[in-house]
Amino acid sequence: MEAVVSFFSPIYILMLAAILGYEIIGKVPVILHTPLMSGTNFVHGIVLVGAMVALGQAETPLEQAIGFLAVLLGAGNAVGGYFVTERMLEMFKSSKGQEK
Amino acid sequence: MGYLIETIYFLTAVVFIVGLKRMSHPTTARSGIVWAGYGMVLATLFSFAHPQIQAGPGNYVLMVIAIAIGGVIAWWGAKKVEMTAMPQMIAIYNGMGGGAAAAIAAVELLKDHSGGGPETHVLIMAVAGALIGAVAFSGSVIAFGKLQELKFFKDDAKFRFTGQQKFNAAVFGAAIVLGLVIALSHSSSGALISIFFLLALAFGAMMALPIGGADMPVVISLFNAFTGLAVALEGFVLGNSAMIIAGIIVGSSGTLLTLMMAKAMNRSVSNVLFSNWAALASGEAQAVTGSLKAMEPPDAAIQMAYAAKVIIVPGYGMAVAQAQHKIWEMCKLLIERDVDVKFAIHPVAGRMPGHMNVLLAEAGVPYDLIFDMDEINEEFSTADVALVIGANDVVNPAARTDKSSPIYGMPILNVDYAKNVQVIKRGKGVGFAGIENALFFADNTRMVYGDAQKVTAGLIQGIKDLG
Repeated sequence: MEAVVSFFSPIYILMLAAILGYEIIGKVPVILHTPLMSGTNFVHGIVLVGAMVALGQAETPLEQAIGFLAVLLGAGNAVGGYFVTERMLEMFKSSKGQEK
Repeated sequence: MGYLIETIYFLTAVVFIVGLKRMSHPTTARSGIVWAGYGMVLATLFSFAHPQIQAGPGNYVLMVIAIAIGGVIAWWGAKKVEMTAMPQMIAIYNGMGGGAAAAIAAVELLKDHSGGGPETHVLIMAVAGALIGAVAFSGSVIAFGKLQELKFFKDDAKFRFTGQQKFNAAVFGAAIVLGLVIALSHSSSGALISIFFLLALAFGAMMALPIGGADMPVVISLFNAFTGLAVALEGFVLGNSAMIIAGIIVGSSGTLLTLMMAKAMNRSVSNVLFSNWAALASGEAQAVTGSLKAMEPPDAAIQMAYAAKVIIVPGYGMAVAQAQHKIWEMCKLLIERDVDVKFAIHPVAGRMPGHMNVLLAEAGVPYDLIFDMDEINEEFSTADVALVIGANDVVNPAARTDKSSPIYGMPILNVDYAKNVQVIKRGKGVGFAGIENALFFADNTRMVYGDAQKVTAGLIQGIKDLG
């Protein structure tokens, strides 16, 4: 039974997270489509932590090299995704300031 | 330690969700990305202490170096780039995420599985994630190259050949079969795995190559969803809940966003991916009759200054010229003269949905002057002047009338219904879809040639001269 539960629990997570993602973006005004796409692009930068674990487990030089590449790409995704999104959303802030 | 890490990952997932939720409202959007950013920093720092990391200190050094290199390059790129180039930056960073997921899978697959190793269903997920991640990686790189308008990608037609779809399907099929072989046989053969990755990368590139530039936003959004899915699958492989939750949320929201974008262009996603744009365009398109009639900025200024209602339609040309500040300056002058000024935004104006909104927000244009296509399309017939600034395909009436046109059926802004149409345009070239625009030849249309920023400066001067 325990094995069954541990097999299915990720599937429940998957289902709930899928619904959540659908809900979050479902009611977004067009104005925020690009920033939000950029925001989700940042969120999957969490791949970085997986890349760190993969590199941490690497034993042979080949595994280390690929793990290194994974961490490098993951860090690029996270950092780049953050600053692109931030720069876009920065504009919404400044425009609000001018309206006052 | 395991409990601590899991708690941190749980918190990260919560913070991501709150961040995305905040990002979906204009007023809280800025704080949303900051929230999500804290989550990422937290997860990254604590991952150094992840219990699954067993190897020696050398790997920690590699980790820090890799994060430093990747982070600094990405930070520099994101800070340096022009706002107009944001779409391709999203593409390239998305590609990096897909590549990272694929590389994680490669490390897991290459491990020696002879002494037990992961179960078959775990390996299948690793392979699936690798395939999707690799496709997202190479596809995004091509999308980046196309949006950057690199010379090599200039001519979409040269990447098209007969039987292309069958060929692509064969490559994709081969990748799947090979992936299954690797997973089911628990193979860690370097040769098999290399061929598998080469096939997957080739498929991603070939999938993106023939797609016309105007369709790129939809494709980037799709690859974004792909990367999310790949990250989630590798999350399963590593038993990493933060990756599973974040990846799936991106996967599902990205899929929905892709569908919404495709719908805005009145096309299905499969139509975007598989239709042969060039073959359609080379059909007998209706001949465009009439002539182009030029107008000087001072005359255009007079026409607008004495109008009751002006609707402005911005497009990619405004983004390229960075003309949004000048345009808002001009609008303020018009508003002082009691002209009713409105902005009409086509869902795919520019290179992405919301691209124009971002630029107008940057210039300080209030939200209540900006209207979506559905809200304003009725109003063009009551407008005295419709000012088109560097937009082309989204105002082409051929989409309504010409069945042979490749953009037939795409909803457009009915600019041609306005009493007068002014079009600010750099030259006589065709739009991103590569087709002539009947609007420019219409009797009520005047062309104001030049860089959008310079022309707008001329218009401002013209309005000021009226006193």
